[in-house]
Amino acid sequence: MTTPRIEIDNLTKYYGETLVLDGVSLNVGLHEVVCLIGASGSGKSTLLRCINRLVDFDHGAIRLDGVSIEDESFGATGLQKRVGIVFQSYNLFPHMTVLDNVTLAPRKVHRLPRAETEARARELLAMFGMGDHALSYPEQLSGGQQQRVAIVRSLATNPDVLLLDEITAALDPELIGEILRIIRRLKDDGMTMVIVTHEMGFARDVADTVCFLEGGRILERGDPKAMFKTPQNERTAQFLQRIIEAGRL
Amino acid sequence: MTDMPSAAPGGVPPDGAAVRTPAPPRRRNEWRAAVLPTAISIASVVIVFGLLGWWITSAPQWPRVQLQFFNLDAMIAAFPRVLSGFWISLRIWLTALFCMAIWALVLAVLRSLRAPLFTPFRLLVTIYIDIFRGIPALLLVLLFGFGIPALNLPGLPNSGLFWGTVAMILSYSAYVAEIYRSGIEAVHEGQWAAAKSLGLSEWQTMIYAILPQALRNVLPALMNIVVALQKDVALLSVIGVRDAVREAQIYTAQTFNYSSLVVAAALFMLATIPMARLADYVTRKDRERRLQRAG
Repeated sequence: MTTPRIEIDNLTKYYGETLVLDGVSLNVGLHEVVCLIGASGSGKSTLLRCINRLVDFDHGAIRLDGVSIEDESFGATGLQKRVGIVFQSYNLFPHMTVLDNVTLAPRKVHRLPRAETEARARELLAMFGMGDHALSYPEQLSGGQQQRVAIVRSLATNPDVLLLDEITAALDPELIGEILRIIRRLKDDGMTMVIVTHEMGFARDVADTVCFLEGGRILERGDPKAMFKTPQNERTAQFLQRIIEAGRL
Repeated sequence: MTDMPSAAPGGVPPDGAAVRTPAPPRRRNEWRAAVLPTAISIASVVIVFGLLGWWITSAPQWPRVQLQFFNLDAMIAAFPRVLSGFWISLRIWLTALFCMAIWALVLAVLRSLRAPLFTPFRLLVTIYIDIFRGIPALLLVLLFGFGIPALNLPGLPNSGLFWGTVAMILSYSAYVAEIYRSGIEAVHEGQWAAAKSLGLSEWQTMIYAILPQALRNVLPALMNIVVALQKDVALLSVIGVRDAVREAQIYTAQTFNYSSLVVAAALFMLATIPMARLADYVTRKDRERRLQRAG
């Protein structure tokens, strides 16, 4: 069997005295899409942020293509180049144009010439329907447009893995669909993704594997259709029941 | 209400409000609405200051005071030297402003960087700010202006002008560093996360992502400091720098007439009022920008 793209091995993380990740292990294969679901505070966002070292973990290991992400071979920026992340609140730089947002990392971190990065950025923006907004500022765009720019920004360095942290949670309902269509397209293009989401319908549709987290542990994992239909774990069943009652599935 | 827009013709459109025309703007007689408040405020200003003026000039000693403080001949005689002193004040102000803005930025950035490498710097900057914010600017000017020239430090100027200006820069930069820092800390945590996830170093994050936003945040507060500093350079007169205040005092000492001080006061006022209006303008622009973003 080939090496998984991401191996998470017995990961433990404390915030102060609070245990937020309690020995999480998870493999994500090449081109696989894994959705992390669970209530707020279950540790799913923290787990996601450990993968690109936005958050440092205490014990355990994460390997990217078999190499520990703490390995020196990644240097200061190698991991960030290969693992992109998109946030719930977009986090675009408000004082920069869309184009500058997208080209900042390629220019300043990876030292590529401006002309080259801008050509690539415009190409990507056009692909995601934002070609006309290259010179707009983030505050001139709708939430859905901003999130598309954030996705393009994370793709600008050609990452191998994309992490999505509740990227539709701040959007108006009518804008969620367009973002989800983009994610589905990225999946079809073969992007490996780890997705934290509350959109259960989307998780069922796009995920190869769904993991249900609670109290910093993965309580259940498996094929989304089977899991949403007949959850094996009592806690998963309760969680899904609440989601159904809230009309989100 | 009779001028409400009538319902859309042809019944309710299927998707709600698409066909409805917006109500025409309500006609308001803005000219008339503006006159009364303006008249009232002008009248009250005239009454208050008229009464104040009458009260002061009716004092038995007013003629003598007028001769001592508002003597037109003395003012004209003192004007050239006070003006030349004021020119020095302005130059000190601009120099101090420039150096202080840069130095305070360095302090604020050093205090805001989080990497362990910067811990000693953070500590040093904290001590610096505690010291220079804790000592009155006047005392610093006296200590620097009289103390350091006495050391006769090799390679550095010995004038009170130089060391007094340094004292002003050191004192004001402690305040301004804290203003910058509040601006840096007001930038949302997500900006740091976004920059870090893109691979930017902490230093690059500061330069490209955080500082541009922080500076915009604190610009109104900084404008106030600029105005305050413009006046506080007058403190340098106590160590013998021949600025506007000093020149006015010299004239006073020679003629026993205080009108030169009034001239100096008028010059300072003339210079700070445009700055204050500019500060107002910047503040208003900033608020509009925030409202726009919030809406």
